[in-house]
Amino acid sequence: MSRRVLLIEDEPNIVEAIRFLLVRDGWQVEAHSDGADAVEVVVAAKPDLVILDVMLPGKSGMDVLRDLRDIDETKGLPVLMLTARGQSRDRDMAEKAGVSRFMTKPFSNAEVLTAVRDLHAQATRS
Amino acid sequence: MSTEDPDSGTSGLPPVFLERQTYRRRRLMDAARLLPLLGVGLFAIPLLWPMSGNSSLTEPVKTSGAAIYLFIAWAGLIAASAWMGKKTQGWIRGDQPPPDAGRAQDHG
Amino acid sequence: MATLNLLILVCLAYVILLFGVAFIADRLAATGRSTWLRSPLVYTLSLSIYCTAWTFYGAVGYAARSGLEYLTIYLGPTLVMIGWWWGLRKLVRIGRSQRVTSIADLISSRYGKSNLLAVCVTILAVIGVTPYIALQLQSITLSFGVFVDSDAMGEYGEHGVVFWVAIGLAVFAILFGTRNLDANERHHGVVTAVALEAVVKLVALLAVGIFVVWGIAGGVQETLVRIDTSRIGEWQVDGGRWMMITFLSAAAFVCLPRMFQVMVVENDDERHLRTAAWAFPLYLLLISLFVVPIAAVGLDLMDQTDNPDMFVLTVPLSQGREGLAVLAFLGGFSSATSMVIVAAMAMSTMVSNHIVMPIWLSSRSGSASFSGDVRHVILLARRISIAAIMALGYFYYRLSGGGTALASIGLISFAGISQILPALVGGLFWRGATRTGALAGLTVGFALWVYTSLLPGMGTGVLSASVMMHGPLGLEWLRPHALFGIEGMDPIMHTVLWSLSLNTAAFCLVSLYTFPSPLERLQGAQFVNVFDHSTSPRGWTGSVAQAEDLMIMSQRILGAHEAQELFHREAELQGAWGGHLPEPTPQFLDRLERALSGTVGAATSHAMIGQIVGGSSVSVEDLLAVADESAQLLEYSSQLEAKSAELARTARQLREANEKLTQISLQKDAFLSQVSHELRTPMTSIRAFSEILRDAESLTPEEKTRYATIIHDEALRLTRLLNDLLDLSVLESGQVSLNMRGGTLSDVLDRAVSPALAGVDRPLVVHRRKSNEAIALYSDLDRLAQVFINLIANAQKYCDATDPELVITVHQMGGQLLVDFVDNGSGIPPEAQSLVFEKFARVSAEKAGGAGLGLAICREIMQRLGGDVTYLGGVSGGAFRVTLPLANEMAAQ
Repeated sequence: MSRRVLLIEDEPNIVEAIRFLLVRDGWQVEAHSDGADAVEVVVAAKPDLVILDVMLPGKSGMDVLRDLRDIDETKGLPVLMLTARGQSRDRDMAEKAGVSRFMTKPFSNAEVLTAVRDLHAQATRS
Repeated sequence: MSTEDPDSGTSGLPPVFLERQTYRRRRLMDAARLLPLLGVGLFAIPLLWPMSGNSSLTEPVKTSGAAIYLFIAWAGLIAASAWMGKKTQGWIRGDQPPPDAGRAQDHG
Repeated sequence: MATLNLLILVCLAYVILLFGVAFIADRLAATGRSTWLRSPLVYTLSLSIYCTAWTFYGAVGYAARSGLEYLTIYLGPTLVMIGWWWGLRKLVRIGRSQRVTSIADLISSRYGKSNLLAVCVTILAVIGVTPYIALQLQSITLSFGVFVDSDAMGEYGEHGVVFWVAIGLAVFAILFGTRNLDANERHHGVVTAVALEAVVKLVALLAVGIFVVWGIAGGVQETLVRIDTSRIGEWQVDGGRWMMITFLSAAAFVCLPRMFQVMVVENDDERHLRTAAWAFPLYLLLISLFVVPIAAVGLDLMDQTDNPDMFVLTVPLSQGREGLAVLAFLGGFSSATSMVIVAAMAMSTMVSNHIVMPIWLSSRSGSASFSGDVRHVILLARRISIAAIMALGYFYYRLSGGGTALASIGLISFAGISQILPALVGGLFWRGATRTGALAGLTVGFALWVYTSLLPGMGTGVLSASVMMHGPLGLEWLRPHALFGIEGMDPIMHTVLWSLSLNTAAFCLVSLYTFPSPLERLQGAQFVNVFDHSTSPRGWTGSVAQAEDLMIMSQRILGAHEAQELFHREAELQGAWGGHLPEPTPQFLDRLERALSGTVGAATSHAMIGQIVGGSSVSVEDLLAVADESAQLLEYSSQLEAKSAELARTARQLREANEKLTQISLQKDAFLSQVSHELRTPMTSIRAFSEILRDAESLTPEEKTRYATIIHDEALRLTRLLNDLLDLSVLESGQVSLNMRGGTLSDVLDRAVSPALAGVDRPLVVHRRKSNEAIALYSDLDRLAQVFINLIANAQKYCDATDPELVITVHQMGGQLLVDFVDNGSGIPPEAQSLVFEKFARVSAEKAGGAGLGLAICREIMQRLGGDVTYLGGVSGGAFRVTLPLANEMAAQ
């Protein structure tokens, strides 16, 4: 059972923090920082779970999510979304676009770990 | 009396020389205007005649003579008026000024 | 011998004949086939109502008393007629163009449509004409008396005869003059009957004259001899009276209401005047030709006691020529009846139009729907007026005792009516004549006439003998026949001299003193210059063309479809079929006018329909109303325009305000969202790593150091962001305090370049030309340096060239200092150029070190310093221009 996470985030410090957490929890972490080719990267990498930032250069995380939901291979992929804007409108939009879990920055490390574990468990169960 | 007359030469810029016909018309119009004045004169003449009572030097004029004078003067005026009416009949139709006189009037 | 009953029978038969003629003439006129009815001959003959029974009987009496003086009564009108070019032509033109219905209407119309003036003229006319009507009653009564005497049947009391004559004439006038109500007050039937009567009286008088000259005297020579040997055989006239009465008769000829009626109101064609100008004087000449012979022969043949006024009847009777006498009687009857009919008609028009109708209309003001019964009311008013006028004449006759000679009654009447002359002539020829002036003149003249002529003429019943002898209250200078102590004058001359001269003086002086109203001035101009304003007179056009004209006009105004529908509806209502046009009936015209007025306004539509249907020119009042309407429309539309412009402006402002508000709201949302993002991002890192440091075991010291450094850097980033936000907020609110001082540009640039490039791995190459930078500045140098640092750092950050370079050039232009920062990178894409100065605008997020507020702060700073910072679009590479005021410019401020 593979535990591969693709992290799409443009803030290097946040990438480093999440990577540190997940690797120590036994995940295989890949990171990507650009929105424009994010979908291709996801399709090519075939991760078990995606952590997606909303504010991405090139293409918004929302659009990336919508595209992922349109593609058969990634339709059921668990996606954990992170946003720094913290507006309820973003949460609504994300849920409409088919997000699996939505989290507002700053988050606690425990929250991220729990969310990733939960999502992965749900995905493997089904 | 320029206000009354479509044909009198009282415009702002009267032509110096008029066509002969227009000139005749103007003079005829003048004559028509003068006719009542002539009448006043004719009818006033008898007042100069000697009358019975106020002059013993000259014999008073007889009524028959006075009447004949007055009626002849009267008939003369009528004839003149009729003649002028006839002369002006053709061109006064509708009181349109003759073509060569068709211009703005001066009304002081 | 003719019996009185036979005479009455003859009269009745004659009246029935007149009725028949009038009836046929009316029918012909109605069907439009009566061209000869509108001939100059009929017009001329109708003028002969000037010759009343006074002429017919009275002239002979006049001649028998005063010789040739009677001629003055005819010489005056003759002069007026042959001088038609002076005055009558204008009068007729005005009467036609202004649709004048009577002399009172003319005067009132000229002086600004003043009804007060119309009422005054009407009253004056009624009072002035009353003696004249009494005169007709008297002459008819006398002529009856002649036959009654000779018939030795004296049971008819004189007053009884007068009464019945008055009743008969009233009925006659009512039946004739008010049979119908013609819109333009023309009575073809009456005019034709009057023309017939004119022929009858001329024939009668000529017949008597010829009989006298050739039947009695035996030829012209013998007649002349008889004249010279008679009591009037010598030329003996009072020069003053001769001139005065000539003038008076000329004035009365123009002013008499009945003359005005036939001459102006009933005039069909202005050109008829040309014929009448000589034909009417000829008529007068013929009618007065045998007066002296009849008088001379009568004086010779008849008793001293016989009334010379009746010689026309008594001379033939004395010779046993009853047939001739009856003809003469008919002539006299014609003279009296025609005068009474026309006078009563004219007077009733005046009374009903200017006195009865205004009272009636004002008494029922408020109810606008009286169009149905107004005709009935007018006719009734006219009939009552006629009856009242006849009653007045009858009472005057009874009061004056009927004894005065016909001629003197006639002259009193003339003197009264000629009081209108100054106002009339002044109105026609003098634009300065005013309403008040006309009123003053009329009042003065009228009062003097009543006092010096009318009241004394009514006998001692009105003015006592002592007043006549010694003046009222013993004031000798106010004696009615010797005003201001001037004695020995002929009474009529005295009256005319004083009344007319003071009338004219009052009229002129008051006119000079007062100022006319606008309507008066317009009407004055219209009257005095009538030949410029009115179109040439046209004959009445048939109704066929009218409907088409109306259709054309309506189509223009209402639009073809609507107009055709309206006309079609009307035609159906009138029972026409198959595309016929409707007849222009009053009801139709009324509806049409209303339909048009919805589009062009009431006055305009009235004037337009009037123009087409009446063929008359538009009156000044119409024009004024039209002008008012258009002015109102113009004003209204300009108001509307102004309002709609204002509305549009307001709407635009509102829209702009709304847009701005929306924008501000959106900007605020976006700004808050941005701020939130910019704050949360470093905080996320800080929280994550601090939790790692706290919770994670077995961290290497290197890891610990690294994570602490990250926390430190992100904390600095937060601080920077907060500083920027504060900076921007202070700058935007305008509360920043600038530290202005002098310095040079090169110093400021020096201070900016090194910090901007400090701590960078591959600093870009900055090209400067220091010689150009030695420019004195007066500014907040620290803030300026901040801007420069920001721009250089931006170039450093975003220039994507492999060997990044930055060129700083300096220009001066129009008191401004321009500092350009141009790098050799790809620059900012055009779609983003307009956004670079917005807050949090970052072209590329990858390299974002700051919060994206730098350029926004730069712009705020530069604007505070009196300059600006802009992006130069036309340059390859990123290019920013800083604009600064030069030091001397700043100092000058």
